[in-house]
Amino acid sequence: MIRIEKLHKSYPIGKDSLHVLKGIDLHIKEGEFVSIMGSSGSGKSTLLNIVGLLDEHDEGDYFLNGQLIKNLNEKKAAILRNKFLGFVFQSFNLISYKTALENVALPLYYKGINRKDRLKIALEYLDKVGLKAWANHLPNELSGGQKQRVAIARALVTKPKVVLADEPTGALDSTTTDSVMDLLKDINDEGMTVFVITHEEEVAEQTKRIVRLKDGIIISDELTKPAKAV
Amino acid sequence: MKFLFEKDTWQEIYGSIRKNKTRTAITIFGAFWGILLLVGLLGAAKGIENSFNNMFGDFATNSVFMSGNRTSMPFKGFQEGRKINLRLGDVDKIRSEIDAVQFVVPRNATGGQVVHGLKTGNFTIFGDFPLLDEVQKKKLIEGRFINQSDINENKKICVISEGVYKELFDKNEDSINTYIKISGINYKVVGVYETSQFEGKNNIHIPFSTFKLVYNKGDKFEWMVVTGKKEFDIVQVEADVKLLLKNLHKIHPDDNRAFRGFNLGERIKQVTGFLTGMQFLTWFVGIATLIAGVFAIGNILLITVKERTKEIGIRRALGATPTKVRQQIILESLFLTLLAGSLGIIAGGGILMLIDKFDLLVNPTVNIPIVLIAYAVLVILGTLIGFIPAYMATVVKPIDALREE
Repeated sequence: MIRIEKLHKSYPIGKDSLHVLKGIDLHIKEGEFVSIMGSSGSGKSTLLNIVGLLDEHDEGDYFLNGQLIKNLNEKKAAILRNKFLGFVFQSFNLISYKTALENVALPLYYKGINRKDRLKIALEYLDKVGLKAWANHLPNELSGGQKQRVAIARALVTKPKVVLADEPTGALDSTTTDSVMDLLKDINDEGMTVFVITHEEEVAEQTKRIVRLKDGIIISDELTKPAKAV
Repeated sequence: MKFLFEKDTWQEIYGSIRKNKTRTAITIFGAFWGILLLVGLLGAAKGIENSFNNMFGDFATNSVFMSGNRTSMPFKGFQEGRKINLRLGDVDKIRSEIDAVQFVVPRNATGGQVVHGLKTGNFTIFGDFPLLDEVQKKKLIEGRFINQSDINENKKICVISEGVYKELFDKNEDSINTYIKISGINYKVVGVYETSQFEGKNNIHIPFSTFKLVYNKGDKFEWMVVTGKKEFDIVQVEADVKLLLKNLHKIHPDDNRAFRGFNLGERIKQVTGFLTGMQFLTWFVGIATLIAGVFAIGNILLITVKERTKEIGIRRALGATPTKVRQQIILESLFLTLLAGSLGIIAGGGILMLIDKFDLLVNPTVNIPIVLIAYAVLVILGTLIGFIPAYMATVVKPIDALREE
């Protein structure tokens, strides 16, 4: 699903440049539940942005769903994001003046699905995250955990290949963290590839594979014990 | 261009505008004000013009009023200070010798006490020819104006203005074929006419010939109205007539005091020039305000784009292509100008209706094509100005946009 070979990325800072990713090799198969661990500055967010097509890499190859990602223009990137990727952000990134339902339906709008259908689909997904009753509430009327579940519904609504979650529990307390992680686990159990970035050990432990990043290189890549016996 | 006609596109824009009411109101205010001002001012200017035209009613506006005065220069053995009286013979000469003249209407006037039953009043009595009706059209409420047989037979008839009727007669009392006593002589009322603002309201007209006999005027008369044919300059007509009269009355050609003249045509030209100037000013102010309004829309959209960087970043992360983002912002601009324009036109129309209702001006109107052109200009400019914020919205990379707090 995601194949990364010898990936390099550096940011120019004044005259110098900051080498953030120093040759990452990573292969994520379909249906995996992977977490990227690392302290801040380890390059994990940069990696997610590149995987999420929000940023471009300098060297190396990146294949998404078998397709080589290179020299994408904004339009192609937007279409690929819409088609293959679902995003969950630390700060939820819901649009404040749209209701939960409209927020979930937004990716479908950009996919070109008509309003009636997309509201119907969005409602199904809201139901799936247990927030059907909150469909017509604005984000500021929801709790943090609820917001994140709306965001997850929004990430799922286009039936993407990969869900990318950037510190999805970073702004949540431990109870809601668990409910969000359970939700991600459920999604993964349905066969979705889930890619989580976190610096919390407890969160990482709930995934199936932990990749540890330090100073731009992978220092370990191991499977966790299966949390549930299948 | 298919997206323009998709319900979804507009629903998305409507949603974003409806949920940000304050922003919307502030954004459209400038353009709203611009078109309101344009419609209001143009309508008011037209209303002033109409009021002005109304004041003269059916008056021949290309006319000169002339009367005799005293000479100020000695000439051909005559001393200066000689009194000049206009005579009926002069009228025939003017008619036959000056081509540019359309009508020459000699008139006499005097004041007199008028009695009808128990009511009396002091009014101005005019001695007039039927021709007066050609240069100062009388809107008759009932009856007729003086005719040629009245003149030929020196009939004792009179035509009175509405103002006189109101003072001498009871409400709804029949006036036609009744008699009123002017300076002790009975005249039969044959017509009542609607007063126009320009003439004054207390006028009684009797046949010129009758006036001549009753007031012992001989061939003399007090003043005349000379109207020029349309294609001739009224200032030149006045000069020509004066020159002819100077010849007839043996007055020095350079004596400018021998005749009094009021050139209505020239005065009206000045006022018309003023009205044109005012209309030009109206256009200038209106269009300038309109443009300022459009810039205000662009400006505020630019600020909101900055403010909405994060929202735009989210939309792009969710799969909005740069084209989609730009489309949305340009269409928001278009929608806002449409809204501002429509509201402005409605409000402007409302103001003009109020002005009309309270009779502040006569018939203040704006031509529909002019309104539509202004509207089109507003909408086109609004759309064009939308390109600037639209460009600014996509110039930021989505990753930077998302980081924005």
